[in-house]
Amino acid sequence: MKQLLSFVQKEFHHILRDKTTMMILLLMPIIQIILFGFAITTEVKNTQVAVLAPTNDEATQRITDKINASAYFDVVDRIHNTNEILPIFRDAKAKLVVVFEDHFAEKLRHTGTAHIQLIADATDPNAATSFSFYANNIIMDYQKELMAQKTNPYQIRPEIKMLYNPQMLGAFNFVPGVLGMIMILICAMMTSISIVREKEKGTMEILLVSPMKPIYIILSKITPYFVLSCVNFATIMLLSVYVLKVPIAGSFLSLVAVSLLYIFVSLSLGLLVSTLTDSQQAAMLISGMGLMIPVMLLSGMIFPIENMPVPLQWVSNIIPAKWYISAVKTIMIKGLGISAVLKEVSVLILMSLVLIGISLKKFKIRLE
Amino acid sequence: MLAIEVKNIAKNYSSEKSGKFIGLGKPFSDNDTRVDSDTGIEGISFEVKKGEIFGIIGPDGAGKTTLFRILTTLLLPDQGSARVNGFDVVSEYKSIRNCVGYMPGRFSLYQDLTVEENLNFFATVFNTTIEENYELIKDIYQQIEPFKNRRAGKLSGGMKQKLALSCALIHKPDVLFLDEPTTGVDPVSRKEFWGMLKKLKDQGITILVSTPYMDEASLCDRIALIQNGQFLKIDTPKDIISQYKNKLWAVKSDTMYKLLNDLRANELTKNCFAFGDKHHVSMDNDKLTMDKLREELGTLGHKNLDIREIEPTIEDCFMQLSQV
Repeated sequence: MKQLLSFVQKEFHHILRDKTTMMILLLMPIIQIILFGFAITTEVKNTQVAVLAPTNDEATQRITDKINASAYFDVVDRIHNTNEILPIFRDAKAKLVVVFEDHFAEKLRHTGTAHIQLIADATDPNAATSFSFYANNIIMDYQKELMAQKTNPYQIRPEIKMLYNPQMLGAFNFVPGVLGMIMILICAMMTSISIVREKEKGTMEILLVSPMKPIYIILSKITPYFVLSCVNFATIMLLSVYVLKVPIAGSFLSLVAVSLLYIFVSLSLGLLVSTLTDSQQAAMLISGMGLMIPVMLLSGMIFPIENMPVPLQWVSNIIPAKWYISAVKTIMIKGLGISAVLKEVSVLILMSLVLIGISLKKFKIRLE
Repeated sequence: MLAIEVKNIAKNYSSEKSGKFIGLGKPFSDNDTRVDSDTGIEGISFEVKKGEIFGIIGPDGAGKTTLFRILTTLLLPDQGSARVNGFDVVSEYKSIRNCVGYMPGRFSLYQDLTVEENLNFFATVFNTTIEENYELIKDIYQQIEPFKNRRAGKLSGGMKQKLALSCALIHKPDVLFLDEPTTGVDPVSRKEFWGMLKKLKDQGITILVSTPYMDEASLCDRIALIQNGQFLKIDTPKDIISQYKNKLWAVKSDTMYKLLNDLRANELTKNCFAFGDKHHVSMDNDKLTMDKLREELGTLGHKNLDIREIEPTIEDCFMQLSQV
């Protein structure tokens, strides 16, 4: 026991004395949350709109006002000629141009049909889809207003309700994602690097030629990063609740339990990487390229898994982060209890058992 | 009981079976009919008595570190068996890890921990405390104690070695393995270091030490000369020197390079090597006297010739043995 304590103390010395790395590890979640929360956002806000209304009448005016009044759009320009449309996109003055046809209100009144064209800058396809969808909604809204005046026997009114995230905040999606990524990064990468460093510096040779049990070496390598991950978990939680205003709808205890399980899976992954490599660089590459990128791309954090080709969907099943992110979303956003994430929990338990089993078996008690 | 007992150990690093043999041991040549061996590899064997300083002397790449790693249970030998303190290096590796001290060739302590923290850590790893065995390391540790709050990475080469030795000794091991402990250490520190080893020997600790420096060989009780994974000879330094077959002459002249070529061209020369500012040459003394050599070299145009007979050193013996 004393051996273990002294070893853990030594590990903390290593971490605390490497100030740069420690700062990176502690600041990274904060920076990522802030970046994803405020800078890198897929939400549509204040999109610039230009309006082309050849005949300025009460209908075009009403629609333009409605668009301008919405939080999604800012009407920045009014143009009068179709020739002016392209230069607007070229100079990036607006992302969306609303084109009314000639004598819009008149046609609407007499024939019952008038045309509006929405021209969107689709260089960012997701954003273009979102904001043209919003613009369309605003126009439909106006149509409804008109209908209310007349009596129309056939009306279908879809009422859309955005469950769990009525304001469509991106934070609801990326907080679980960042959690999943940070844990993998710190647990897996740092654990594997710290074990491999002993091999690289030659200190592992001395440790092996000592009564120290391999399991003690592993435990004492894991402990500090476990603590660090818990600190990071707390930071992310505090930031998301108090800064990004993402509430923890479900039980906090279940959330902690699932997170501890995921931390354990990541630590076992780190152990496995450390048994496979002999240099810090290789360990860093494997954890960086081999873990980080799949986590970002295949966990559903950025790209929805349902939209991927089927083979990639299969691959995504072996990414622990996918299961963790799904569980966190269920508990934290949907507010369901641990019983709703039994599948995710059992997959994670299974993964940790397999990983820890392989890495303990592969842990080298000799140099080869 | 023997402290170390090695029988026919070999280890090949070459990945292909048919490839060139790299490592410890040597393949039998095709016309060798001495032993029939399954592996076709002649391993090395030797014994170290309790309380002996046994030196493994040989150039880089001779297989010294491999041998140390096999004996400290870090590598598995391809063939043969070895016992340290009576325990088998393969099956009873755990017992060996309890009772030996190991100092690897390069500095392998934690550079970001202080001197004292390193020592403390290794004491706890070996289930002991600094106080318990302070007597044993006192002489060595006292010299670095003024720097005990300094990070190990900031110590000088000699101080690092002393710290590493202290850490390897802190649990009072029965057998101490020192792999090239003096490589990269200044001559004064080297001398001090060997003084310490003598003291440890007096405490009953068996020491297996390797070094590429031939001058350190005479400080061991017995030495093994190793080259290309094979022992050339195992004996006391004194006996190895006394077994030097010929008289050894140190030759000097104004044109040293030409001298070396001329000496080597002489058909009576057995071997000739450049040693600092002289050439060490051994010749067929039945047919050639010193005066006759001086005369021959004089006719070849060498001026200021100086030939004198000298005592061979371990290095001379090594050179002669490695030629055969």
